[in-house]
Amino acid sequence: MNQLSVELKDESATVLMGNKLSQAVKTGAIIYLHGDLGAGKTTFTRGVIQGLGHKGNVKSPTYTLVEPYELNSVNAYHFDLYRLGDPEELEFMGIRDYFELNSLCLIEWPERGAGILPEADLDITLEYVDAGRVINLVANNPKGLSILALLEQQI
Amino acid sequence: MLILGIESSCDETGIALFDTNKGLLAHELYSQIDVHADYGGVVPELASRDHVRKTIPLIKKVMADANIAKDDIDGIAYTSGPGLVGALMVGACIGRSLAFAWDIPAVPVHHMEGHLLAPMLEDDTPAFPFIALLVSGGHTQLVEVKAIGDYQILGESIDDAAGEAFDKTAKLLGLDYPGGPMLAKLAESGTPGVYKFPRPMTDRPGLDFSFSGLKTAAANVIRSEGIILAGSKSTQNEDAPENVEQIKADIAYAFQEAVVDTIAIKCRRAVEQTGIKTLVIAGGVSANTELRNKLAKLMEKHKGQVYYPRHEFCTDNGAMIAYAGAQRLQKYGDRDLLIKARPRWSIEELPAI
Repeated sequence: MNQLSVELKDESATVLMGNKLSQAVKTGAIIYLHGDLGAGKTTFTRGVIQGLGHKGNVKSPTYTLVEPYELNSVNAYHFDLYRLGDPEELEFMGIRDYFELNSLCLIEWPERGAGILPEADLDITLEYVDAGRVINLVANNPKGLSILALLEQQI
Repeated sequence: MLILGIESSCDETGIALFDTNKGLLAHELYSQIDVHADYGGVVPELASRDHVRKTIPLIKKVMADANIAKDDIDGIAYTSGPGLVGALMVGACIGRSLAFAWDIPAVPVHHMEGHLLAPMLEDDTPAFPFIALLVSGGHTQLVEVKAIGDYQILGESIDDAAGEAFDKTAKLLGLDYPGGPMLAKLAESGTPGVYKFPRPMTDRPGLDFSFSGLKTAAANVIRSEGIILAGSKSTQNEDAPENVEQIKADIAYAFQEAVVDTIAIKCRRAVEQTGIKTLVIAGGVSANTELRNKLAKLMEKHKGQVYYPRHEFCTDNGAMIAYAGAQRLQKYGDRDLLIKARPRWSIEELPAI
């Protein structure tokens, strides 16, 4: 199966879903995160990064563009390209260095980096449904498929 | 001792000359507004991060403005972190290399220490110890400042910064990004009491903040009122209520009230917890009128006092970096040639002077 949809009734469900995904991306992946402002992209990312053993806060990277995390199993980078004026700006921040082998890249607003960003293994969309959310995960390649397969065992 | 300060941690390039005897001699800031003027039109935000092209000309300008020659400068302070690594590297490389060429020491400065000490650039300076509230687009922190270099974080945002919540909620209301100040303006015509937003994390002990949920609460109200969310595909909503502008103003009012109340509650707790009656406020959000009024009242009640840096030193600038660097260089020079850029760096790791 190349896609998966799950209802998330509240914020803690979003974090828990991130925790579960973290166990499937321990060796790195490129993940795009889609969804309107306030849909829970950063909250979900907090679940992933804390699920990999990070003890501190996971702050929004809107102003810094990227927040790095050195975790036990993997180097994780949380991007928010919301403020990017042009995809080419990514070259100026040394984007290639972040997509090293085995790094975990979680990218909010990836469409602002279209053409420069490497292709995602997994596309994740968070949507408002009433007061809750629905998360939809789509695998784009064999790596994405194996992540989804691992995730399905968790839920 | 005369220090050249270089700030390049995010979007602004700030350069200043600070003399420990004579005070601030000159300072310059390069912001996006200047870029637009230079290029006669809108340019990608790329230009605002282009510290490479701006740092050297600005250094030349402050030296010319203050009539200072390179031999007069005793040291160079550069922002070493936290911030965007590519941006930090520019200031760090230029600062460190220039100091090597001029045979003077260079000192890496913590960006937040710069903000904390910015009120020291004014005539009326707060005495130690004080509590510092740092509220900007990138940061929300309460810090106990016992002395220069002796800092303890009392609380900080666990997700969005206060200024970021302002900007994003403004965006949801259809205001241009970054729209924090415009949201505050819109709130002036709002009616109190129409909407009530939560005061996040005030129902439990502690001094941490969380503003992400407040943005979501605002988004939920905007949706339930039938206002099209910014960023949605359709721009016209036939079912939109007629008094949509008043609803937006009422939402803006309630949102601002919730942020200001939340910050004030945490400041009150910090004052009560530490017994310190001096509050210093810095960062872009410290320009918010409602916040200033609320905190002034709070400190009056506690028979304390509030201090602000002047408006231009509330946001990122080179003067605060030159000042902080001067304090450290007076104690010990840094002659090693390592170029230091640290995207992540807790202010509590700093050595006391």
